[in-house]
Order: sequence, then structure tokens, then C-alpha cells
Amino acid sequence: MLVLTGAFAMVFFYAPLDADQGFVQKIFYVHVPMAIVALIGFVGGGICAVMYLRTRETKWDMRSYVSIHLSVVLAVGVLITGSIWARASWGQWWVWDEPMLVSFLIVFLLYATYWPLRFSLEDREKQARYASVFAIVAGAFVPLNFAAVRMAEAYIHPATGATVAGGLPPKMGLTFAVAMLGMGLLFLTLVKYEMASKHATFRLRALRRKLAGDDDDLMLTGRSAAPQL
Amino acid sequence: MLPALPLDEAGKYVAAAYLVFLLLILVYVAIMASKLSRIEREVVEIADLVDRKGSDPLRAGGDGNPPPASRPKEKVR
Repeated sequence: MLVLTGAFAMVFFYAPLDADQGFVQKIFYVHVPMAIVALIGFVGGGICAVMYLRTRETKWDMRSYVSIHLSVVLAVGVLITGSIWARASWGQWWVWDEPMLVSFLIVFLLYATYWPLRFSLEDREKQARYASVFAIVAGAFVPLNFAAVRMAEAYIHPATGATVAGGLPPKMGLTFAVAMLGMGLLFLTLVKYEMASKHATFRLRALRRKLAGDDDDLMLTGRSAAPQL
Repeated sequence: MLPALPLDEAGKYVAAAYLVFLLLILVYVAIMASKLSRIEREVVEIADLVDRKGSDPLRAGGDGNPPPASRPKEKVR
């Protein structure tokens, strides 16, 4: 939070105004790091899913689940801030023939089906296995999002670190780097926070069942989208 | 792309974008805080359960032996 607060202070007091977009370009420092971290989180969820399928250790399924969960939360923010930026820059809340917007929306909608998929499977092992396959396939799809932007020519979507002039000016670049670092650290902190919360919940329930004398059934029963440790 | 908006016009869009981010994080943290308070309640309930078991001589093994659940099983001959 400290790094992110510092980054936002740099956005308004250190980074210069953009020559084309002016003050509206400040949205870039929250929108783009959020988008990049969300997409990395989706890919990370896929990598954790690969690890689950290789080892069959539930902790990897949990990491994949939490990573995707947080990435979807960030993706909601990306779509809203992106719409606000589009309204300020293009005069429209949404542009359907802009590949970055549409492909990100597709990625978001794709991952929105992750919870219904998990919830539809009662068998825990099958749930983890199917969800892992989904996370891997969807995670592999995510880089297409970046490729789509690079190939797009209809509109010029602000591309990070690769402008026509050869990159961001140093002050903007530094501010963006700090914002990226802050967003990445925030993501990792929230992942650890949620993981700790889920671990504590499952351990407590298991302990309660054990104390109640139900020694043989320490696992939770009932349907849930969340993985079980 | 439209020409750059004047500061008073652009300011509200920038403020809205940063507020959306802040709101998102606050809502997430609030949900997590409510989950943590539920965990805290469960800890208290389990502590009560342990206390009750400790004060119950039959379940706690009133004969001086450990409670049945933790006694080593006898070998079947």
C-alpha cells in the first residue's frame, strides 16, 4: 500500500502531463498496471493449475483459485476505469471495434464462468481437475490479448513502453514502473491474505468436527466452489 | 481521439477512475474483514467446546486416563 500510495503521489506531483491527452492520461497509471497484473494473475493461475495436475497437491488448486479470483476482481476495475478513460478520450463509454477492449472483455467473461464450473461439480477431486484444465486453457488464451493489441491498426490503444517515439519519457516511465510494482505487491499481499483466511477457515472447521467427535470426517461436506484443503 | 479535455473537465474522469480502484480494494478488504470476524467467532466457539470437554469428567477421562478418543487402541489378539 505504501508503494502504491507513493506511486499515486508521483502520478500527480512528479509525472508530466501528456502532450496529447493532457490530465486524462493520469488514468493510465491505475488502469494499465491493474490490467497487466490481472492478466499475469490469470496466467499465474494457469501455472498453478499445471502444478496441481502434476503433483495433485490441493495447495496448488487453492493458489490457482485465489489468483484467478483476485484477477477477476482487478479485471472488473480494469473494465470500469477503461470505460471512464474511453469516455474522456474517445467520447464513448465503449468502442466495440477496439480489439483491446473487446478481447479483455472476452477474457473477463471467460473467467466469469470459472465459479459456475467449479460449483457445478460436487466431487472435490473432479472439481479441482476440471478447474485446473480450464485455468490452463484460459491462461494460454490470455497472451492473445496482448497479441491482439500489437496487431491492431484500427485504433491506437495506448501501448505501454512501446510508443512511436520509442517509449515513455523517463519521468512517466519511472512513475509507471513504481505503479506496476505497487500493484504487483498489492496483488501478492491480497493473495497471501486470502490464502491465510481460507487456510484458517478450513483448519477451524476441521478442528470443530474433530472436537465434536467426528474423527473420521474432517473434510467439509456440501457443495462449494472454493477448493478444500 | 478527441482533443485533450480542459483540467476541470478531465479532473472528474481521473477522480472517478481512482475512486473506482479505491472502492474496489475497500470492498474486497471489507469482505475479507467480515470473513476474519467469522473466523474469530469460530475460534471462540471452539475454545468454549474445548472448555466444556475439559470440564466433562466422562468425556475427559474421569478415571485419570486420557479421553477415549485419544487413548491408544488395544491390540486385538
